[in-house]
Amino acid sequence: MLFPGNLSLDQAPPISVPFRFLLSAPLFGVLAGLLLALQGPALLAGRWTPGVLAFTHLITLGLVTQAMCGALLQMLPVLAGTRVLGAVAVGRVTHLLLGGGTLALAIGFLADGGPWSLAAAALLGSAFLVFVTALGWGLARAGSANPTVVAMRLAVIALAVTATLGVGLALFWGGIPGLLFLRSLTDVHLAWGLLGWVGLLVLGVAYQALPMFQLTPEYPLRLRRHLTTALFALLLLWSVLYRLAAAERIPSALPVSAAATAGAALLLFAAFTVRLQKRRRRPLPDAGLAWWRLGLAGLAIAVTLWLAGRVWPGFAAHPAYPLWLGGSYLLGFAVPILNGMMIKIVPFLAWFHLQNRQLALGRVEVSVPNLRELLPERTTRWQLRIYVAGLGLLALAPLWPALASRPAGLALAASWGLLGFGLGRAARRYRRVNRQLLAPAAGEIPAA
Amino acid sequence: MHTISQVLGDDHQRCDSLFAEAETAVAQGDWLTGESAFNAFHDALEHHFRMEEEVMFPEYEARTGQTMGPTRVMRMEHGQMRQLKEDMATAITARDRDRYLGLSETLLIVMQQHNAKEEQMLYPMADRALQDSMEQVLSQMDAV
Repeated sequence: MLFPGNLSLDQAPPISVPFRFLLSAPLFGVLAGLLLALQGPALLAGRWTPGVLAFTHLITLGLVTQAMCGALLQMLPVLAGTRVLGAVAVGRVTHLLLGGGTLALAIGFLADGGPWSLAAAALLGSAFLVFVTALGWGLARAGSANPTVVAMRLAVIALAVTATLGVGLALFWGGIPGLLFLRSLTDVHLAWGLLGWVGLLVLGVAYQALPMFQLTPEYPLRLRRHLTTALFALLLLWSVLYRLAAAERIPSALPVSAAATAGAALLLFAAFTVRLQKRRRRPLPDAGLAWWRLGLAGLAIAVTLWLAGRVWPGFAAHPAYPLWLGGSYLLGFAVPILNGMMIKIVPFLAWFHLQNRQLALGRVEVSVPNLRELLPERTTRWQLRIYVAGLGLLALAPLWPALASRPAGLALAASWGLLGFGLGRAARRYRRVNRQLLAPAAGEIPAA
Repeated sequence: MHTISQVLGDDHQRCDSLFAEAETAVAQGDWLTGESAFNAFHDALEHHFRMEEEVMFPEYEARTGQTMGPTRVMRMEHGQMRQLKEDMATAITARDRDRYLGLSETLLIVMQQHNAKEEQMLYPMADRALQDSMEQVLSQMDAV
């Protein structure tokens, strides 16, 4: 039997691969927050303002996708027992293209299309082509198809669908004629991005991360085996039904019921997660757990809002409705879960690489800082408080834009700035201790 | 019949519970409970490592001829965890709450990753490789 490679330390990519993604992710959040603070009420005037589109993509591509790409490149060897061919080159190229493409796209929205949108389409298209190909190759070769690997595969397929539609839309926005039909697929793009790429990956990673970090019991095997596949199938079904209903060939109740089933599946996940966390064997309150709680509440609110909108069409027609719905899923659910993950993964990787180097070199006299010395709990707690304040203000902003929108933007920017500061400090500490480990020990004659 | 997966997997659970008990007590500033729970955890983990290093790993290596494979990595990770455990013992003696909690969180992540690898891969492989000498291996581990 082939032993999966994940027991070999050299399978883990160099720390620079995940770090470049995880450290730049908060910067895009800061940009998004500042954009909201700058534009204020104008940004939140509706679902389709250039400001909302720029803000949303700075979050989804800049903050969320950056963090998820970095984490996937890091976790693939550990969770899937496989590796990404040329992980260093793939990481470097994806990071540059994704970052540049995200900025170009945001500028494109604000500058009303034109060459910026075309550049964004080219940059983001190439970024995802490289990333999906490299990840797909690694995932196809994964030795064991455990539920997390299955979820990762489906999430990467969903990313490919989202990116294809997104590149098409950016080309349309950039003035390429003949792509008008893509506008009617905007909701499909959005659903595959939010439910597929983000949702499936969160579920798959939760199956591993919760028992590991919070000492909860395992998710039931049947849930782990079937939930992500069911969500993916529902997404596929919904997309087809949605198109048919848009063409008035079937009643619109059909896509709505497919989406409602997907919503119920997400609620089931949230309910099981809360139940498992209640039974965790590690009662210690912890910032990671607090971010998870916030994220699960955000998910429950998002699904409830969506259902309420179907039951009361008048509510769904309110201008604030799409902002609340999108905001609760993206900023209430996806971002907090990723934030909780980033504050664990960055200090752990720093410790892990330092400790391995220390063992390999036998430099026991250099002390390796532990997780909380690398990223103090105090920093993450303050970051969470400021974030919750920002979310509260943002929820009020569609109703009282003049009063709440700018402070909401400032609070969110401050929270992500603090995240970036904390992660950056951990990375600087890593570099300092790494230099100490590599420096010749006192009294030792360096080898020629 | 018992298997390595059952016996050593259950022992992981026992170590986890003692770990959590010590961490909770220290977080609450209850050093008396914390110290005795930590000592129990320290001994339980050391006992677990010895069952593997003195009995199970050598038997597995002898049977499969693999000495540079998974057991080598597991031994290295034991080394990492031993160092964290000793640092935690020092923090307990010094009544240094922040240092203890920082170390214990670090140990928790290393320990859980290590346990997952063993429970999902190494133990099932050992169960297969040592199938016909299981009784004897288990009683040797029991005697450690």
